[in-house]
Amino acid sequence: MDIQAIGLSLRLAALTTLLLLALGLPLAWWLAMSRSRLVVWVHALVALPLVLPPTVLGFYLLLALSPEGPLSALGLPGLAFSFGGLVIGSMLYSLPFVVQPLAQGFEQLPAAPLEAAATLGAGPLDRFVTIALPLAWRGALTAAVLGFAHTLGEFGVVLMIGGNIPGATRVLSIALYDHVEALEYGQAHALAAGLLLFSLVVLGLLYTVLRRPREPRA
Amino acid sequence: MSLSARIRADLPGFALELDFDCGTGITAVLGHSGAGKSTLLRVLAGLAPARGEIRVGQTTWLDSARGLDLRPEQRRAGLVFQHAALFPHLSVRANLDYGYRRRPAGAAGPEPVAIIDALGLAPMLERRPDSLSGGERQRLALGRTLLAAPRLLLLDEPLSALDGPTRRQLADALAGLCRQYELTALLVSHDVDEAMHLANDALVLERGRLLAQGRLTDLLADLDSPLSAEPDAGVVLETRVAERHQAWGLLRLEFAGGALWLPDGGQAPGQALRVRLHARDISLALSRPADSSILNILPARVEALREDGVAQVLVRLDCAGQPLLARITKKSAQDLGLAPGREVHAQIKGLAVVA
Repeated sequence: MDIQAIGLSLRLAALTTLLLLALGLPLAWWLAMSRSRLVVWVHALVALPLVLPPTVLGFYLLLALSPEGPLSALGLPGLAFSFGGLVIGSMLYSLPFVVQPLAQGFEQLPAAPLEAAATLGAGPLDRFVTIALPLAWRGALTAAVLGFAHTLGEFGVVLMIGGNIPGATRVLSIALYDHVEALEYGQAHALAAGLLLFSLVVLGLLYTVLRRPREPRA
Repeated sequence: MSLSARIRADLPGFALELDFDCGTGITAVLGHSGAGKSTLLRVLAGLAPARGEIRVGQTTWLDSARGLDLRPEQRRAGLVFQHAALFPHLSVRANLDYGYRRRPAGAAGPEPVAIIDALGLAPMLERRPDSLSGGERQRLALGRTLLAAPRLLLLDEPLSALDGPTRRQLADALAGLCRQYELTALLVSHDVDEAMHLANDALVLERGRLLAQGRLTDLLADLDSPLSAEPDAGVVLETRVAERHQAWGLLRLEFAGGALWLPDGGQAPGQALRVRLHARDISLALSRPADSSILNILPARVEALREDGVAQVLVRLDCAGQPLLARITKKSAQDLGLAPGREVHAQIKGLAVVA
């Protein structure tokens, strides 16, 4: 049972991270480069999941994704209590963890290499792929790792919109909650300590990779 | 390939407003810092906004009246930045290839082998830019730009971060490549000697305006040119090494207006040598001093005088057709009764080889 929940959590986290990177890269680039006044409000929207309780997010998602919700009215299938719904919820919930490091990475890019690339004949997309992305790799890696680890540990949103369907929505944190409810502390320990250890190791590895080498020259 | 520009760009504090043309070869853009030199290059490259017209050869880059404003990647001006602006995540070879791979089909220009050879980049092709020295970085930046086959080369003090022999080597390579590929280039510099080394013509900028334009040697010898108001004002002589005097360790240089002695720097007889005579290093006497330690004394005639600050005057001399500038005190000028037409002897305390 727990193996199934762990597998489901890993699948959810991987898919969410991939989709968030695809969505977050252009969004973060726009946030970093645009001079529009909208930028501050989009930044605020992106940061909302950091301050809102997951239950608030989950509650509105539940309404939006329910068979009677606005998305269904548009002809989309009701996604509440399904894996698809979890992916959408996780994407919203982990959005700031992906977009913020990306935007920060892009903001710190020096202008000179991008300008040089332009004068050498590289268009905007070309510059983004060949110069901006490789130079902002620290931000991109941080975004991917934080997005993955954060999604792996989510609980509140899942509980609100996913419920507890084995194989579909019963993720690791829900399984852990069940064990505690059932006073199965041994199994609860196994999951809790596993997640703790995994998160610590992943973050440790991330910061090891990100650590800038000491300047060889004084 | 000629460049013709009529542009206006707003800068903090003042506007850049220029109208000029220049032809093939290197044209120096001189002026104090803040005069708008670097902004001019950024405007031409399309990196800074401007209104007006820019034409390079037959192509129009900017024509505000028609709403035309090509993006930097469409202009492909070869901008060589002061601090190289290399791609830190790419090897030297990949840096060189970046512009080369993006050349439009049919664009004529140098091949990598030729540039790697001319700039001595072969030993460092697999290295990363952050492991290169300042001179190596600038060579790479120049090579990367030339391989993009730019139609206009824009050099923003590419030599200023370098010193001594490295500087001279890169300047020579740059001059050679510009000649070889018949490039039109603007060279921003605040150093007349550096400009002299590379450019024949010059634009002089001051707070966004064009103060003077013309041949650099003429501008340097012109009392009304802003260059003669500089502390390092002075003319440039085109000379030839006539003779090596080994016992004294001196060279005798001949030029249109006479001959000069110069400490032997190893130059061979027959070699052309540009030397710079700073106005502050020339003093004047009415009769030829017989008991002076100064070696180089040239007869000359006063052509004109111009006030230069509170206490000094700048004197333009004619030395058998070669103009010279001397900076002396107002008091001396009055004591000697200097006026146009007066015959004097110019005592030259020092001279510097330019190239």
